[in-house]
Amino acid sequence: MDLNTLWFILIGVLFTGFFFLEGFDYGVGILLPWLGKQDLERRIIANSIGPFWDGNEVWLITAGGASFAAFPHFYATLFSGFYLPLLLVLLALIVRGVAFEFRGKDSHPAWRSTWDWMIFVGSALPALLWGVAMANLLLGVPIDASKTYVGGFFNLLNPWALVCGLTTLVGFTLHGALFLRLKTSGAVSERAEAAARMLWLPAIVLLVVALFAGYFVTGVFSRLGAVPILVPVLAGAAGLAAGWFLRRGRAGPAFAMTGATIALSTAALFVGLFPRLMVSSLNPEWSLTITNASSSPYTLRTMTIVAVIFVPLVLLYQAWSYYVFRERVGRESSLKY
Amino acid sequence: MNELLLSRWQFAITSTYHFLFVPLTLGLSILLAIMETLYVRTGNETYKQMTRFWGKLFLINFAMGVVTGIVLEFQFGMNWSEYARFMGDIFGVPLAIEALTSFFLESTFLGIWIFGWDRLSKSLHAATMWVVAIGGNLSALWILAANSFMQQPVGYVLNQGRVELTDFGALVTNGNLLVQYPHVLASGIVTAGFFVLAVSAYHLLRKGRDLELFRRSFRGGLVYALVGTLAIVAVGHLQGQHMIRVQPMKMAAAEALWNSEDPAAFSVFSLIDETQKRDVFAIRIPAVLSFLAHNYFGGMVQGINNLQTDYEKQYGPGNYVPSVAVNYWSFRLMVGAGFLMLLLAVVGMVLVVQKRVEQVPWYLKILMPALALPYLANTTGWMLTEMGRQPWIVFGLQKTADAVSRSITPGMVLVSLIAFTLVYGALMAVDVYLLVKTARRGASGLEEAAA
Repeated sequence: MDLNTLWFILIGVLFTGFFFLEGFDYGVGILLPWLGKQDLERRIIANSIGPFWDGNEVWLITAGGASFAAFPHFYATLFSGFYLPLLLVLLALIVRGVAFEFRGKDSHPAWRSTWDWMIFVGSALPALLWGVAMANLLLGVPIDASKTYVGGFFNLLNPWALVCGLTTLVGFTLHGALFLRLKTSGAVSERAEAAARMLWLPAIVLLVVALFAGYFVTGVFSRLGAVPILVPVLAGAAGLAAGWFLRRGRAGPAFAMTGATIALSTAALFVGLFPRLMVSSLNPEWSLTITNASSSPYTLRTMTIVAVIFVPLVLLYQAWSYYVFRERVGRESSLKY
Repeated sequence: MNELLLSRWQFAITSTYHFLFVPLTLGLSILLAIMETLYVRTGNETYKQMTRFWGKLFLINFAMGVVTGIVLEFQFGMNWSEYARFMGDIFGVPLAIEALTSFFLESTFLGIWIFGWDRLSKSLHAATMWVVAIGGNLSALWILAANSFMQQPVGYVLNQGRVELTDFGALVTNGNLLVQYPHVLASGIVTAGFFVLAVSAYHLLRKGRDLELFRRSFRGGLVYALVGTLAIVAVGHLQGQHMIRVQPMKMAAAEALWNSEDPAAFSVFSLIDETQKRDVFAIRIPAVLSFLAHNYFGGMVQGINNLQTDYEKQYGPGNYVPSVAVNYWSFRLMVGAGFLMLLLAVVGMVLVVQKRVEQVPWYLKILMPALALPYLANTTGWMLTEMGRQPWIVFGLQKTADAVSRSITPGMVLVSLIAFTLVYGALMAVDVYLLVKTARRGASGLEEAAA
């Protein structure tokens, strides 16, 4: 395997890690004002991801940095082309990040509820927009011969991309509800399970529509035929399995299955893209690929050495942090936020 | 206003704002790790209270630093995508390494530190703060390795209209990095030192509770501030000499030195007429600039006009003179603030050695507004670094005007510029409110509020 392919896979892995981990963070943030009836319950919800959310967000920073280093043209075209949606993502992440830290620093009810709604908006907006953005990579956007995005904001808001956005929004919320079911105790945990049961049906319907429609509107079927259909089918199967476990009250395996759905859907996206990173709707020749968008072989080699050493280390100590905070968060826990 | 000018304003505002929070994070993390280690070693509860109190302030500041940092990483692609295409092969490398090796470390272990007080052994808990401090300060190394290439390109070839990395070793041993990194580390130490001094001085003046805690913090902050300011004077001198060699135009603008001189005079005060390229009025000390440049009172220092002529020959027609007034005054404010802080630290040390600092209220009162000094120096220092490099974004290789994204419109950038300014303005008000409130309450007050 050449290094360009390796880095394509690695960036896929980084986005998968990001969607898996930040997926439940966003879900928890979206559910916070709804499942937390009083301040103590909202604190329990915020504290359930307290030790993790910042480390999880670094997966995005790393995916961005790795795209910059390995495929500069991809990074340049994507970020300048999707200017306004990314501005919204940034603003959302800014208010969400400080909201976690600031909400507990003053006890006035209006203060706390303001930051709680900031957490809600700051989680819901990116959960929606990442789906829209990722769908457009595969669907294709107007990119000219000089690798420049020549469309506008509304090119990005096509029906299929919006369905994908709703899928990530509802899917991440389901993923977060299952996380809360597992990580909290008492009334919050019970309400989280009820929310998960309610969210599962819309999530699976959206997912199936997104995967099925995507197979045709993006031209993957005509390009690759039926062979890679296995990946999206597995994604859909994992989503169904999540519902099966959920109905039997087994939140642990259900959470694993929503995680698998996220990972497999991301994989389906990257399989559909390969060897392209961003599809041009104007001319297939103008799509950004792992060869025409990449860095020099020397840079890819250097980055490979760094990644081989540090990615396993990161996984190791992040896993340790989940182990340290494996207990459920409840009324008796010492709460920080 | 076009998208170039608007993007420059946006980058200036968002990066200056980000760097208001970074130095305190860098310096205070080390200080927190030292405090907690003292607690583990001595078992003295006051050190634990100190760690918790300063830790609260650290976290409020840290949150702002994190969320404003993401904006910068995105902007290289959003507003400066032609720069990203031209430089990605080189610039992306330290940025990705920073995220992978340092930022992951810092944020994961900070999460463990915040929530892990009752879950980890005392020494393991202290160790997590050391990891946070090392992660944060390593992170600065990678970011500055990226910035250093923009000041002094090394280890590259030009290939098909972009720069490509040929020597990773050269990137991390860049001469500019070797002076810039210690400078930024020391500025973190100075900022944290004066931060601790200002808050401690407030409590020592009020003679409220926790006096012993704030006495100890005061002494620690003072040692920190003194070490930091001494280091910065030394490294600043080396950096100035380095700048004269690799970016002579930046130094000429910082000194408003219009024509080459041998020996060159140091400007104490100049009123500048930029259009006529001359001084309206100036007080200069003969030969001192030559001394600063070469360590003896002689030797040529190149002037703005001569460099402009040289650059036109080398790079073709164009204006290669940065804004002289901005550079001149940034440089003076930075150096002035630096020496003022050194003076304050020395006076404080004398008073502490004589054991009478609490009998000198005027000194304690000065320390509170003096907290503005490190922030002034940090901001003007970056203004000089970045504005002095203009018109280049990468010195000698790419001009700022050629770096802006082609797919963005002035309207889009105006929207984002307004949005960032409004959100940042509101958050600054909240941040200052929380810092002041938390700092005033003192250590025992915070423990009671939490209980």
